[in-house]
Amino acid sequence: MFTYLLKRLIEMIPTLIGITLISFFIIQLAPGKPTDVLADLNPKMTPEARERLEKYYNLDKPTHVQYWMWLKRVVKLDFGDSFSTDRRPVWTKIKERLSITILINSLALLLIFIIAIPIGVSSAVRPYSVYDKITTIIVFIGFAIPTFWFALLLMILFGVNLHWLPISGLKSMGYEGFSAFGKIWDKVNHLILPVTLEAFGGLAGLSRYMRSNMLEVIRQDYIMTARAKGLPETKVIYKHALRNALLPVITILGLSIPGLIGGSVIFENIFGIPGMGQLFYQAVMMRDYPVIMGVLTIGAILTLVGNLLADIGYALADPRIRAR
Amino acid sequence: MGESANSLSVSPFLPLFRSFNYMTQPTLKNLFWHRFKKNRLAVIGGIIVFGLFAVSIFAPFIAPHNPDAINVKHVLESPSFSHLFGTDDLGRDILSRVIYGSRISLSVGFVAVGIATVIGIIFGALSGYYGGWFDTVIMRFVDIMLSIPTFFLILAVIAMLEPGIWNIMIVIGITSWMGVARLVRAEFLSLKEREFVLAARALGASDLRIIFRHILPNAMSPVLVSAVLGIAGAVLVESALSFLGIGVQPPTASWGNILTIGKDNIEIAWWISVFPGLAIFVTVLAYNLLGEGIRDSIDPRLKI
Repeated sequence: MFTYLLKRLIEMIPTLIGITLISFFIIQLAPGKPTDVLADLNPKMTPEARERLEKYYNLDKPTHVQYWMWLKRVVKLDFGDSFSTDRRPVWTKIKERLSITILINSLALLLIFIIAIPIGVSSAVRPYSVYDKITTIIVFIGFAIPTFWFALLLMILFGVNLHWLPISGLKSMGYEGFSAFGKIWDKVNHLILPVTLEAFGGLAGLSRYMRSNMLEVIRQDYIMTARAKGLPETKVIYKHALRNALLPVITILGLSIPGLIGGSVIFENIFGIPGMGQLFYQAVMMRDYPVIMGVLTIGAILTLVGNLLADIGYALADPRIRAR
Repeated sequence: MGESANSLSVSPFLPLFRSFNYMTQPTLKNLFWHRFKKNRLAVIGGIIVFGLFAVSIFAPFIAPHNPDAINVKHVLESPSFSHLFGTDDLGRDILSRVIYGSRISLSVGFVAVGIATVIGIIFGALSGYYGGWFDTVIMRFVDIMLSIPTFFLILAVIAMLEPGIWNIMIVIGITSWMGVARLVRAEFLSLKEREFVLAARALGASDLRIIFRHILPNAMSPVLVSAVLGIAGAVLVESALSFLGIGVQPPTASWGNILTIGKDNIEIAWWISVFPGLAIFVTVLAYNLLGEGIRDSIDPRLKI
């Protein structure tokens, strides 16, 4: 088990270097320089000042040299300073916003897990029944609904028409004056819509996947054995079949993390949540290279850590892997 | 399946029927159409896709108003007979803008998926056929691409380029070929061991000829299915990008950028948000139904 984890951990390093390498070169390939935006903002900027600036940020060096210098700094968690007017270190900026993005994504992942699995199992137990057909239709609709549009619809319904939920930000006005319970309640209220929507995107796929896994497992011989020895059907389904059908789902959960993180750009933008997605969006609009690279790297690390956690979960659940 | 077996067994002309069936053995194509026509949802999906094409081609004849005509007297009007979907903050007719927006979505979907499919086929075919270190490198590359939050990468690249429809097509294409590459590679791994490949090689066919003329045509059905499903994905990504303001730029109408105006006026004008989103939803649903239908009709056992 320990050597397995160590191996997985070591395998992560070349992948991470590969990700940063690809990101770095793709961004550098694009025409236009980051100093373009600075020059646009400041019409008084002379070509000499611009050159000085490029020298300061090492933009005059060839791309592979820039990458090497960047990589050497990143190992020490130093992503450089932001190009934006505040000139703050990128890592500080990311740190402020990391926790809320991780919170929303973990809650969403949890919600997907809690809802998708019972749906998948219950429709697999009665395949081609009315219930199964209805869930299939809902899944198809879930696949096709653009989540940002669904977000707007829910905002209109719950925020504008019913006034049940706030539609923007993380805190209400006068948040500081609330009691401790009031503060928590306020935060929960602000998180309901973003978390629900973030989860909604992954729900359809996972429940479908769970259904086909379950159908496969139910056909196995050991299920027939369990039934033949007279076990109650609930025990056959929830103890014998479910455990085995769950295994591949763990991996799928790990694989769905890049999508979730990518989706946070849209949700944080719609709901005005000050998270990593919003930071990235602002950085992209300003061509703030250091922040863009920083967020891409952190996003990739989160993805790899998520995959690693999924592997650990898999190993814990499956004795065959644990033995290796 | 059950029905046709039944009708055969009650037929008094069963022997005749059998020999008849044997003489004109159903071709793969006929079998495909037979299965496809029975799948009601897939047929509906196909009809909607066809209708969308008609709408985008004949947009100037269908749209009741000029989609770009600004009219300050009719700003933010709710749906009425003269403006079925209402008007936006500049008094433009939403219905006309949604109709013209279909052109953007369809062309982005097709070109982006075309690019992704070509890249995926080339990488997947070479990787599966040659194997060895080349295969290892390419598959490692695919794994890495799959663990980058793709939407982040697309955003970063688009922002560095000038946002515009061609750049969007290219960027969506080069960030979504990985699935196709894996499919094609898997097909090649099994097909390259078959006798017809050996026969072609014995006849002195070159590697490239074997790959593209002999193996690839046999590996195309899963690629076709994933392409149709991929169009749905590309339409979604394009609308999300335009929604964020880095896709198709106003005044050109796209479903995504109409929704941006909807979001800005969400407290006073629901109709701007509802209708373009509905158009995206119907389009994506139709492509998904069509794709799944084609998959089930080509080979019900196919898993993608």
